[in-house]
Amino acid sequence: MGNFSRSSQTTIYDSSKQKNAAVEELRSTFRYHDLIFQLIRRDLVTRYKRSFLGILWTMLNPLGTMIILSIVFSHLFNMRGTYPAYIMTNLIAWNFFAQTTAAALNSMLWGSSLFQRIYLPRTSFVVSTIGTGLVNTLLALVPLIFIFLVTRVALHATIFLLPVSLLLLAAFALGISLIISTFVAFFPDVAEMYPIVLTAWMYLTPIIYPEDLLKDVLGGWILRLNPLFPVIRVVRLVIYDGKIPTLEQWGLAAGIALGTLLIGWIFFTQKSKSFAYHV
Amino acid sequence: MSDIPFSEPQNDTAIFLSGVSVRYRLPNEKVASLKEYMIRLIQGKVHFNSFLALNDVNLVVKKGEIFGILGRNGAGKSTLLKVISRVLIPTQGRVWINGMVSPLLELGAGFHPELTGMENIHLNATLLGHSRKEITQKIPEILEFAEIGDFIEAPLRTYSSGMFARLGFSVATAWRPDILILDEVLSVGDAAFAKKCAERMKAFRESGATVLLVSHSVTTIQSLCQRALLLEHGNVVELGSAKEVSEKYSNLMLGK
Repeated sequence: MGNFSRSSQTTIYDSSKQKNAAVEELRSTFRYHDLIFQLIRRDLVTRYKRSFLGILWTMLNPLGTMIILSIVFSHLFNMRGTYPAYIMTNLIAWNFFAQTTAAALNSMLWGSSLFQRIYLPRTSFVVSTIGTGLVNTLLALVPLIFIFLVTRVALHATIFLLPVSLLLLAAFALGISLIISTFVAFFPDVAEMYPIVLTAWMYLTPIIYPEDLLKDVLGGWILRLNPLFPVIRVVRLVIYDGKIPTLEQWGLAAGIALGTLLIGWIFFTQKSKSFAYHV
Repeated sequence: MSDIPFSEPQNDTAIFLSGVSVRYRLPNEKVASLKEYMIRLIQGKVHFNSFLALNDVNLVVKKGEIFGILGRNGAGKSTLLKVISRVLIPTQGRVWINGMVSPLLELGAGFHPELTGMENIHLNATLLGHSRKEITQKIPEILEFAEIGDFIEAPLRTYSSGMFARLGFSVATAWRPDILILDEVLSVGDAAFAKKCAERMKAFRESGATVLLVSHSVTTIQSLCQRALLLEHGNVVELGSAKEVSEKYSNLMLGK
């Protein structure tokens, strides 16, 4: 006993020398990268480790939704043969967005008891849910490829651009997660409202129906005002359409995604100072 | 009460608070939902009462000091500890802390019942801010101290409450903090383990860690601390030798 090694980080904390909150938080989050890794690990292990069904559900979930939607809608939208592949592509993107943002809310609720007691970079909880979502999405690519093969829809080499598209979607999801997490820290009932918002958002985005359907509705403003649409579009283009998005399409998606992330990060870090003030 | 002999922290300073105030804004009726908040905002009915949990606190604690904090419930003790452990950024004033602060009150916070003991060690230690490398080095020592045995690879939900507490304590104290916050008396596990805990606390002190001790027991404060402060309604009403402060506290409690 008595021979305790000290932690390598002997830091001086000075509240009068706190610089920009957003920058400080970014630094802390990098320093706590092992925590983010452990949180992702925890989420994956508790979901998959002790049940093979866990992995199976992640794959079966979009498959089941796709089958139901195909039965109901494929005639309506007049895209019979390719509808299953279309819907699978969109569901991968949509599920990633919906699940990570919802998980971020829950992690804030779970973490709030910790935030009252020990210092942690609070963004690390939200960042970790994005990491978990990316792993889940990789698993969901298995049934996607399966459906493309079965329905004989060609898979193009553009799918190798998927990591870029997914990273933009992840940046957008992180930005939205940070914004709603800030609200939920002050008003827990936001967590109850969010599923309703998500449902509305899904129907206002071309997920289960083709994009053309909204082109003439309200002068196309629904598409133009929906920030999610250009971001989800670059995912769809590289998987389903087999096209390399134009510079304009990339630019719009990247601008929206990175802009949302920046706004979310600044909003969250400015407000997170007062999280502990709300008991 | 001013305790600041100099305006900047010195080399041997562990904790330096200067003019620290914490003001909570309490809505006069609790508005816990966004819907209600919006309705009230439109009606113009959002009023806040402010509540000073800490009022202009000045404090210097030297490295290696064992410092006592006394005060009734609601006097601001928890708020003071939150400010020192960086959880709460004060509304006003400056907080300067040299070194790693470990709030020992959080035994097993963040444990997950479905993960094994080993996985929980990693999760918990990263929550406390340690890196993967630091943790790997400490694993044998943590295991030896916690006495969990083969259960370490079993999910935490199968643990007894004693095992749970032992594991939490072992992880939290595996690294010697520069500043240790002890809130209330430690009561974990059986008598033998309680003795081990006391020994580890003693070793911390002897190796030069600064200890903040929060207790209602005047005897504990007098026997362990050199200096102490007394909080009342967020104000430092007495700051000085442990003996003087605890006498003042006793008088206060007796209503004198």
